[in-house]
Amino acid sequence: MKHDRGEGPGGPVLAVEGLWKSYHGAPVLRGIDLSVEAHEVVCLIGASGSGKSTLLRCVNLLETVDDGTIHLDGVEITDVRADPDDVRKRMGIVFQAFNLFPHMTVLDNITLAPRKVHGVARPEAEERARELLDRFGLADKAGAYPDRLSGGQQQRVAIIRALAVRPRLMLLDEVTSALDPELVTEVLGVIRELKAGGMTMILTTHEMGFCREIADTVCFLDGGVLLERGTPEEIFTDPREPRTREFLKSVLDARRI
Amino acid sequence: MSEVTWVKSERQLQRERLRRVRAARSGTIATVSTIVFLGVLAAVVTGSPGWPRVRDTFFSAEAFAKAWPDVLDGFWTNVTIFLIAEPLILVVGLLVALVRTLRAPVFFPLRALAVAYTDVFRGVPTLLVILLVGFGVPALDLQGAPRDEVTLGVIALTLSYGAYVAEVFRAGIDSVHPSQRAAARSLGLSHGKTMRYVVLPQAWRRVVPPLLNDFVSLQKDTSLVSTIGVVEALRQAQIYASSKFNYTPYLAGALLFVLLTIPMARFTDHLAARSQRRRGQ
Ligand SMILES: Nc1ncnc2c1ncn2[C@@H]1O[C@H](COP(=O)(O)OP(=O)(O)OP(=O)(O)O)[C@@H](O)[C@H]1O
Ligand SMILES: [Mg+2]
Repeated sequence: MKHDRGEGPGGPVLAVEGLWKSYHGAPVLRGIDLSVEAHEVVCLIGASGSGKSTLLRCVNLLETVDDGTIHLDGVEITDVRADPDDVRKRMGIVFQAFNLFPHMTVLDNITLAPRKVHGVARPEAEERARELLDRFGLADKAGAYPDRLSGGQQQRVAIIRALAVRPRLMLLDEVTSALDPELVTEVLGVIRELKAGGMTMILTTHEMGFCREIADTVCFLDGGVLLERGTPEEIFTDPREPRTREFLKSVLDARRI
Repeated sequence: MSEVTWVKSERQLQRERLRRVRAARSGTIATVSTIVFLGVLAAVVTGSPGWPRVRDTFFSAEAFAKAWPDVLDGFWTNVTIFLIAEPLILVVGLLVALVRTLRAPVFFPLRALAVAYTDVFRGVPTLLVILLVGFGVPALDLQGAPRDEVTLGVIALTLSYGAYVAEVFRAGIDSVHPSQRAAARSLGLSHGKTMRYVVLPQAWRRVVPPLLNDFVSLQKDTSLVSTIGVVEALRQAQIYASSKFNYTPYLAGALLFVLLTIPMARFTDHLAARSQRRRGQ
């Protein structure tokens, strides 16, 4: 399957329809509908436990869904015959905890998937990795092991690692919440760069200010239901749903303490 | 960076002097207490009423010198068995552990076999496995089945220790945090590649110390094959002891086994210390 990463086919990059997911009989996602256009940045917000991470994990096929469909570039990836490895090749996901491989250098972390999954030769893979490291201010860390990096540096490497395979779609799950405030800025800088480069992204965050700045579309999840969807303007200044208003108010109150 | 040079304060110099004095004092105490301890031990043993008889039957220099060449000769058989069995055990253990990680339904029979194998061979005493293989396999009279005792001994030890080592590998694989596997899978790595490039390299470091421990144990257990007629160190000593009614050759055998296991034990310590340092980096 060949993909032109710059501009995909006409339709949405990602289309989630009627997605249900339960753990041990307790529904966590309840009929989610979500579509993401090329170059669109979608930000998922919602209380802890509302199912944001679960949604991203389902999209990445790290979880099997109970019902509904997910299409990537018009192809159904929830089809039982679809090859999850092939689907994941086209997506990058970065988790809250960095999950770098501790026994590999930064460079090896980044080039592992290009070399072993995409068949890129080592010199080219390393060249691209160094380019990315350079772009995100980590050129001198190529040979370092993850435990020698600060949290912010580790998280930037994790993002670069996901980027190295030129994904069609990036999924970022609370990539700043394990970081000290002063390290958050540098990671947010990377995400801004990605947006400027036209990357299609879904991200979850508790940084409302950042969400408002970076998102094209904000989705509010409440108890596994996608309750409200709109532009940052709409959601943050004039939310339709009382639950959304309540959530945003509680976040603001928490900030004040 | 600003130019600040560090001159050790008087307080620090005093602290270091004190530290040196204390180190020297603890060295002296350790030496003296060791000498006293050994002295008392020797006095108690040699002062016991049975000591003259024990000395003649267990510590006879003459018997030692006579038996040594034969015991040493037999000992090479132990070393050979160990050197052949060890790599085989590693391969069997790793394969069984890997089979147990396979989740696809096609592999169900293999997985069930691996579980049954570890359950059975971990439960049966090594000596019994050796006897069953050593006497059972030749009795089958199968075309091409080995009859040579050393080969049979190696097979039995591999079967028995392979089950232990498989569990060690499995524990190592399980000790790698699931998020590592998720991270690898999310990059598009298949199960096999995830194992090979992400899980096993991390598991490997953690299993080396327990593996070496099992191998020290294997070195000793090579003497169990004497029961199926392999003339190794223990058997040689036995032959000598029963003809001369002197047990010194057993001591010679014990000495050889200790000499073999000590380097292994120190090597284990060395590796453990190294991985500790690595982690500290
Ligand atoms: N593997 C699992 N097994 C059982 N329950 C799970 C599992 N993963 C998630 N859950 C449950 O699903 C619900 C949604 O979890 P999820 O991690 O998606 O929330 P979230 O919106 O990402 O929350 P947070 O903002 O705290 O990250 C939670 O109640 C959680 O306990
Ligand atoms: Mg989450």
